[in-house]
Amino acid sequence: MWDYTPIVKDHFLNPRNVGDIPDADAVGEVGSLACGDALKLYLKLDENKDKIVDAKFQTFGCASAIASSSALTEMVKGKSLDEALAISNQDIADFLGGLPEEKMHCSVMGQEALEVAIAKYRGHEAPVHAHDHDHGPAYPDQEGTVVCKCFGITDLFLKKVIETNKLTTAEQVTHFTKAGGGCGGCIPKIKELIAEVMGQQSEEPRKRPEKLSNLKKMQMIQEVLEKDIRPLLWADGGDLELVDIDGAKVQVAFRKACAGCASSGYTARMVEQKLRELVAEDIVVEEVAG
Amino acid sequence: MKEIYLDNNATTKVDEAVFEEMRPYFCELYGNPSSMHFFGGQVQGKVTEARNRVAALLGASPDEIIFTACGTESDNAAIRSALEILPERRHVITSRVEHPAVLTQCRNLTQKGYRVTEIGVDEAGRLDMAELKAAVDDDTAIVSLMWANNETGVIFPVEEAAAIAKAKGALFHTDAVQAVGKIPINMDNSVIDMLSLSGHKLHAPKGIGVLYLRRGTPFRPFLVGGHQEKSRRAGTENAAAIIALGKACELAQNFMEQENTQVKAMRDRLQDSLMASIPHARINGGGAERLPNTASIAFEFVEGESILLYLSELGVCASSGSACTSGSLEPSHVLRAMGVPFTCAHGSIRFSLSRYTTDEEIDLVIRELPSIVERLRLMSPFGREFLKGKA
Repeated sequence: MWDYTPIVKDHFLNPRNVGDIPDADAVGEVGSLACGDALKLYLKLDENKDKIVDAKFQTFGCASAIASSSALTEMVKGKSLDEALAISNQDIADFLGGLPEEKMHCSVMGQEALEVAIAKYRGHEAPVHAHDHDHGPAYPDQEGTVVCKCFGITDLFLKKVIETNKLTTAEQVTHFTKAGGGCGGCIPKIKELIAEVMGQQSEEPRKRPEKLSNLKKMQMIQEVLEKDIRPLLWADGGDLELVDIDGAKVQVAFRKACAGCASSGYTARMVEQKLRELVAEDIVVEEVAG
Repeated sequence: MKEIYLDNNATTKVDEAVFEEMRPYFCELYGNPSSMHFFGGQVQGKVTEARNRVAALLGASPDEIIFTACGTESDNAAIRSALEILPERRHVITSRVEHPAVLTQCRNLTQKGYRVTEIGVDEAGRLDMAELKAAVDDDTAIVSLMWANNETGVIFPVEEAAAIAKAKGALFHTDAVQAVGKIPINMDNSVIDMLSLSGHKLHAPKGIGVLYLRRGTPFRPFLVGGHQEKSRRAGTENAAAIIALGKACELAQNFMEQENTQVKAMRDRLQDSLMASIPHARINGGGAERLPNTASIAFEFVEGESILLYLSELGVCASSGSACTSGSLEPSHVLRAMGVPFTCAHGSIRFSLSRYTTDEEIDLVIRELPSIVERLRLMSPFGREFLKGKA
């Protein structure tokens, strides 16, 4: 059972400010049903359109998501828009007496909804990106390139959260943003982003070796398929199997969703590219039946 | 607060009679069953009696029972042994809805060069037998399929599956942790090679399991370094827990009919009432043959952890297929494999009853749950949209 503080429990069992504001000045919406949590935040401003006089929320999610939303609405009331924007996800967590680290993404969701609401009110409509993941994006208004396909999370958003919360491991990034918590295919990329934010080179960048024995080459091909390729295919319900290796020719058969998929030719090229990048540049990937 | 315990697929109360049976074997009769003196010998006698009792529940011979530390150990031992016995075979078959004790091990095998096939299920959680038939070949070392699913209670036709595996010379293992004690099992009239069970799922304590190994099935031990269990599982016997498990199996036999009549009737009443009083709900695996004690119900537009914590405030203990409760971020792999939409998977609650469950407890859940779901739906942006649309 999660170790929730009495304040979290109180805000979950007796949430403040549930509901909507029909004539709200600002509305921020983040998350989706598919992601497992979502928050719609309504803000009402005073006559001068500067101070937040009322805030309400609707949340779909676990206890900490509801408590974070409730806390956020309490925190922003009476604040100017600029003061509200200064609220960090850590401030929300602190207000609640702390959140389990695995649940920090709930506080991030609150902070993000607030930012989206105010940005929209001020007319900074963030561009909406086309997402090709199966969930629907968690943060539809986030700029950047999608890193985590499962939860639709972009590199710019991840960098912001990594920087503000001084995160150092991929696991922490998952706890704070959910990124990497689905299929796990983007964890190497998350590690690169952490390294980038920390101003360092990614630990031991993987490079193709200069010279390879046949045996070593076969081992490396198998390793790349297992660790780099198959997890990516699993995420889309597909799979592949290594059928044979003959010199530079690598024969694979596609399985599950990949078998008979119209874009399996594209997938084969992706596999080839990865193998050329990490094993040997003369590798040719061939799709075979079997 | 008195607990209303409806989470018996997670673990069960140790039966008082089981506890009494094991009690003397800590401070008084603490001898080592292997010792060459009367003091150890009397413990050995009780261990033998326990082995007979476990065998009786399974319709097995006592020499086919190997005591282990848990169901997970039994699962690991079974699969590893099969791969060592048939080293030239490099293919393993399991299902997409297995317990992690089996599934994780199989997925790890892909990194060791094994081909692993995960058989799918239909929307009711039923195993795709055609896919299984097509998958088994001369390269298959072991087929491991659960007898009954821990989340939905859906029962797999393991005998039929075992026959398919055996026809190609593969070994067959079943994780029967949820089935043993809830539905009749008779290994005497079976072709299953190996079966795992866990004591704490049938009112024995935690920390005791069994691997059933059919007589004549070759076996390589998982733990080595002692002659215990005929050298098939080294390590000093957990005598008190073994004795407890023996008693628990004897009781399970006695209560088998009650489990399939009274407990089942309470389960049916619970699910039928909730389905009638709560709109936009569905029973996961409702169309399949299921364990008599399990009901997994999906409530749309709400999140499982929130339901559980509101229930917990009333003393009601259940579990959820939602992502938030598991520490993972994706909802249950079982519900995903069944194609349960995300909108339902996140709000799935599992109630698992036992012979200790009372009608009053079921009444309370039937009375309280509708308003909890309604309250959370009113709080949820999706639930509000839905309620608005209805109005």
